[in-house]
Amino acid sequence: MIKTNKKEETYYESILRKGYTRRDFMKFVTYMSAFMGLQSSMIGQVAKALETKKRLPVIWEHFQECTGCSESFIRSDHPLAADIILETVSLDYTDTLMAASGHNAEEAKQKSMKENYGNYILVVEGAIPTKDDGVYCTIAGRTAIEILKESAAGALAIITFGSCSAWGGIQAASPNPTGSVPVDAIIKDKPIIKVPGCPPISEVMTGVILHYATFGTIPELDAEGRPKQFYGKRVHDSCYRRPYFDAGLYAESFDSDEAKKGYCLYKLGCRGPVTYNACGFMEWNNGVSFPIKSGYPCIGCSSNEFWDNGPFTERLENVPGFGIENTADKIGKIVVGAAVAGAAVHAVATNVAKRKELKRNECLGEVNEKNIKE
Amino acid sequence: MATATYNYKRVYVWEKPVRIFHWVTVLSTTILIITGFIIADPPAINSNLEATNSYWFGKVRAVHFVTAYILIANLIFRIYWAFAGNRFAKWDNFIPYTKKGIKNILYVLKVDIFLMKDKEHKLSDISIGHNYLAAFSYFIMTLFFFLQVATGLALIADNSSWFLPKMFHFIVPLFGGDTIVRYIHHILTWLFMAFIVVHVYLVLYHDYVEARGEASAMLSGFKFIRSERVDETEEDIIEKTTDQMWEGENDESK
Ligand code: HEM
Ligand code: HEM
Ligand code: SF4
Ligand code: SF4
Repeated sequence: MIKTNKKEETYYESILRKGYTRRDFMKFVTYMSAFMGLQSSMIGQVAKALETKKRLPVIWEHFQECTGCSESFIRSDHPLAADIILETVSLDYTDTLMAASGHNAEEAKQKSMKENYGNYILVVEGAIPTKDDGVYCTIAGRTAIEILKESAAGALAIITFGSCSAWGGIQAASPNPTGSVPVDAIIKDKPIIKVPGCPPISEVMTGVILHYATFGTIPELDAEGRPKQFYGKRVHDSCYRRPYFDAGLYAESFDSDEAKKGYCLYKLGCRGPVTYNACGFMEWNNGVSFPIKSGYPCIGCSSNEFWDNGPFTERLENVPGFGIENTADKIGKIVVGAAVAGAAVHAVATNVAKRKELKRNECLGEVNEKNIKE
Repeated sequence: MATATYNYKRVYVWEKPVRIFHWVTVLSTTILIITGFIIADPPAINSNLEATNSYWFGKVRAVHFVTAYILIANLIFRIYWAFAGNRFAKWDNFIPYTKKGIKNILYVLKVDIFLMKDKEHKLSDISIGHNYLAAFSYFIMTLFFFLQVATGLALIADNSSWFLPKMFHFIVPLFGGDTIVRYIHHILTWLFMAFIVVHVYLVLYHDYVEARGEASAMLSGFKFIRSERVDETEEDIIEKTTDQMWEGENDESK
C-alpha cells in the first residue's frame, strides 16, 4: 500500500489510473458535494481541487475499539468514495486494512510520518486507556498513549472517528475500569475534528476527509468540535416520523399496532430529540434505512455518555448513583411526598406547640366580638 | 406574637408590581410544570386521525415555550424591581449578609420551623416584609429558575435563530450534552414542586398563627402591623386624609 512513487499524483490522476472515467469522477464529485452540504455552484470548485491537489497522507490509528468504524467506512456507498480514501488519499498506515503487517507496517508508518511531518492527517479510532500507565492497550509493545502522542506530534489535524475516540465510548462506561479517555483529553495542541457515532455513517467519514482534501481547511465545527454540516441537526429534526411526534401519536410497545403503523418511538425511549447525527437525512447502508425507519428507537450512539444513559427503551434514564430503577420521577415523588407529609406534621405540631397562644388569641377575639357596637 | 386586642395599622407592603410579578410567576410556573410533564411523558391518545390532521403535542410544546418566555420577562422585570421597588422589594432583603439577617433566620427557624417558645416577644423579630428565611428561599429558588431558564433555552438554541436562546448554547457542552441538560431540566421541575408545597404551607401557617393577613397580602398588598411600629402622628393622618388621598372621592360627594 505504500506507493511512494505515486506521492506526487493528484486525486484525479490516480482515479483515471484506476480505470474510472471522467464521467464517474464528476458523478462522484457532485454526489460528495451534496453530502458535504455544499451549494451546487461549489461542485466546480471541488472538481478543480481534486484535479489539481496532491494526495493527502493519512495515518489511521486503532486503539480501544471494536473496529466497527472501519467496517462502516469500507461500506462507503459510492465505490469511488472508498477507493479515493483507501487507495488514493494514501492511507499510509492502518493496521487493520493495510497489506503489510508486523515490523513492516510499523516501519512504513514511521517512514510516512517522517516524510510528511507536519502535513498528514491523523485519524484515530478507539479510546485511549490511561490507568496503570496505559497497559490496557498496547500495539507492537507500546502503549496507546505513547503511540498517540507520537503520531499526533507531526499531524496537521486529527480526525476522531467514532464515539470512542470522540467521547470515550463503551470502554469508558461506568466504572471505566481502564480509565479510557477520548483523544482530546490527551492531545491539546492540535485541531481535532470529532466524528462521533457508534459507528459514524460511512459517507460522513468520507465527507470529512474529503472536505479537508478539497479545501485544505477544517470544516466548520460546533461548540463540541463536530462538523456542523453533518452534526448540526438532531435526528429528531430530520426524522420522517416527526409528524407523528407533533400529533402526539406514539407507539407504546414494540409489538403494538401503532409500532407497525410507524408511529413515533418517543415513548419507547427514542433519543432522537437529544442526538446530533445525520441518520435522518443520509441514512445507512447506501441510504437503505436507519434505526428508526427499521422500527427501533435511536439510542443516541453519537452522544457523549450514551452508553451510561440506559435503559435505552425508557424515556427517562436512571439517575446515576441511585442504583438501577431509580428514575428522577421516583425520587421526585418521594421528595414532594415528603414535603407534603412534612407540612401536614408541622401543621399538627403547630396546633399543639402554639395552643396557648392560639387559644388566647381566640378568647381575646371573642371578647371583641361581644363588644361590637351595633 | 400578635394578639387580637392590639391595635394594628394597615401597611402597604407589596406594591402592585410585586403582586403582579407574584401571580404571573404562579401562573406561568404552574403551566410550565403541567406542559413540561406532558412533554416528559405524553399520554397515549391514539386517535384515528392521520398525523397530518393533528398537532396537539406540537401545541403543548408551543404553550411551554411561550409561557417560558413570559416567565423570563417576568424574572427580568423582578430583578429591575429589586432596585427600583420599595424597601420590602429591595435586593438586600433576599441575601442575609447582615447580622440582623442571620439573627432573624435563627429566630424564624426556632419559632416557626421548630415551634419553640418565643420567650422574649420582641416586636422587631416579627418581619414586616419577608422574613429573612423566606426571602432567602426565594433567592435560592431564583437561582434554580435561572438554571431552568438556561437549560430550557439551551435546548431550543439549535432550533432558534434568535440571539437569546443562542446565547445559552454553551450550557450544552458545559454539562456534557443534550441528554443531561434535559435531565437537569426535568429534575428541577420536581424541585419547584417541592418548593411550592413548602412555600404555600408556610404562607398559610403564618396567616393562621399570626392572623395579620399574610396570605391576602399578596392580593391586596397590605399587611397588618402593630401600631407601635408605625410612627404616625395625629396631624399626619388628618393632613393625608383631607389633602391628597381622598381628593377624588371628596369631589364626588360635593
Ligand atoms: C418553571 C419553569 C419550567 C418548568 C417547570 C419546566 C418543565 C419542563 C419539563 C418537565 C420538561 C420535560 C423534560 C423531559 O422530561 O425531557 C420540559 C421540557 C422542555 N422545556 Fe421546560 N420547564 C420550565 C421552563 C422552561 C424554560 C424557561 C424554557 C426555555 C425556553 C424551557 C424549555 C423547554 C424545552 C426546550 C423542553 C424540551 C421540549 C422538547 O424539545 O420537546 N422550559 N420543561
Ligand atoms: C407556583 C406557586 C408559587 C410560586 C412559584 C411562588 C413564588 C413566590 C416568590 C418568588 C415570592 C417572593 C415575592 C417577591 O418578593 O417578589 C413569593 C412570596 C409570597 N407568596 Fe408565593 N408563590 C407561589 C404560590 C403562592 C400562593 C398559592 C400563595 C397564596 C396563598 C402565595 C403567597 C405568597 C405570599 C403571601 C408571599 C409573600 C410572603 C413572604 O415573604 O413569604 N404564593 N412567592
Ligand atoms: S421517532 Fe424519535 S426522532 Fe423520530 S420523531 Fe419520534 S422521537 Fe423524534
Ligand atoms: S439513529 Fe441514533 S442510535 Fe441510530 S445510528 Fe443514528 S444516532 Fe446512532
